[in-house]
Amino acid sequence: MTVWIAIALTAVGCYLVKLLGLAVPAGVLERPLLRRLAVLLPVALLAALTAVQTFGTDHGSLALDARAAGLAAAAVALLLRAPFLVVIAVAVAVTAALRALGG
Amino acid sequence: MNGSAIPAPQAAPAANPDAAPTTAPPPRDTAPPDDRRVVRDALGVGVAVGLSGFAFGVTSAGAGLSVAQTCALSLLVFTGASQFALVGALAAGGNPLTAAAGAFFLGVRNAFYGLRLGQLLRVPRRVRPLAAHWIIDETAAVALAQDNRRAARLGFTVTGAAVYLLWNLTTLLGALGAGALGDSRAWGLDAAGPAVFLALLGPMLRTFAERATAVLAVVLAMALLPVLPAGLPVLLAALAAPAVLLLDGWRSRSADARAGARGEARTVEERMVEGER
Repeated sequence: MTVWIAIALTAVGCYLVKLLGLAVPAGVLERPLLRRLAVLLPVALLAALTAVQTFGTDHGSLALDARAAGLAAAAVALLLRAPFLVVIAVAVAVTAALRALGG
Repeated sequence: MNGSAIPAPQAAPAANPDAAPTTAPPPRDTAPPDDRRVVRDALGVGVAVGLSGFAFGVTSAGAGLSVAQTCALSLLVFTGASQFALVGALAAGGNPLTAAAGAFFLGVRNAFYGLRLGQLLRVPRRVRPLAAHWIIDETAAVALAQDNRRAARLGFTVTGAAVYLLWNLTTLLGALGAGALGDSRAWGLDAAGPAVFLALLGPMLRTFAERATAVLAVVLAMALLPVLPAGLPVLLAALAAPAVLLLDGWRSRSADARAGARGEARTVEERMVEGER
């Protein structure tokens, strides 16, 4: 039951913030400074998410494991202009291979 | 994304009252090859995210959630990072309020995407409640990478539909197949999520300011991760964006003696590049 409560709270909260952003009048973003901020915010959040999900553990600590190697390989694929799906596949394959080798 | 877009034909400028000076006028008749490129990119993102949906289903089942609970999350929350955060917090024994708060904080970034998408897409009022549900990292990244409104709307819609269908389908398959698969980490599926974020981030890193923001955000997130509850480090790392803007403002003000204020954003970035050499 507590799990369903958590699911309901998360669903309502996440939906409302999505709607809030969309419902704000367009004029709010007319100022150049705010427009540049809106460009840079996704960059900051995606970079932080990448780092946290690559080096973070379930217990809130940092770890350097096979995921880091997988992500490094994905970064190389990205620099070589590989398609989106190939970048993801490289990360998964390298991580799985390293773990199979005892990583 | 590749800067090769064809300028919109200006056949009937008077018939286009939308042509605000702030953005390029939305072309009504963009060349079909451009549409195909947008659809291809959008479907690529949708399929790739399908992979991480499978990882989510497996992870959620592994955390002790039922198949129904797992599918409800993908159908109703539909923002991957928040779902992973919620499941992780519940598995770690967090109470439902704390777990939901962490997931909510991660979802707050979608408000910023919505702010930007609202202006770019000019979503009709009736469609807003539906479109809002599809505002996630992937749809925002694809739509914002386009250089006109038509392509942005197409990218948003195709990405949203593809991700929603595949994410929910693979969530179900992942939850059902979790038992057969065993340890999802052995299959490297925990690398799919961050790889998706990295692949979305890559094309956004064009200017010095964008790269500086990314580096600062990573440093902040890593420093805060061990000391704050899940969700907060990522949210606070977003402060890298205003911080870089502030530094950028100081630098451009000192250089204003040399250049005029015309074409502000672009010249600021050019100045920053020149300053690096």
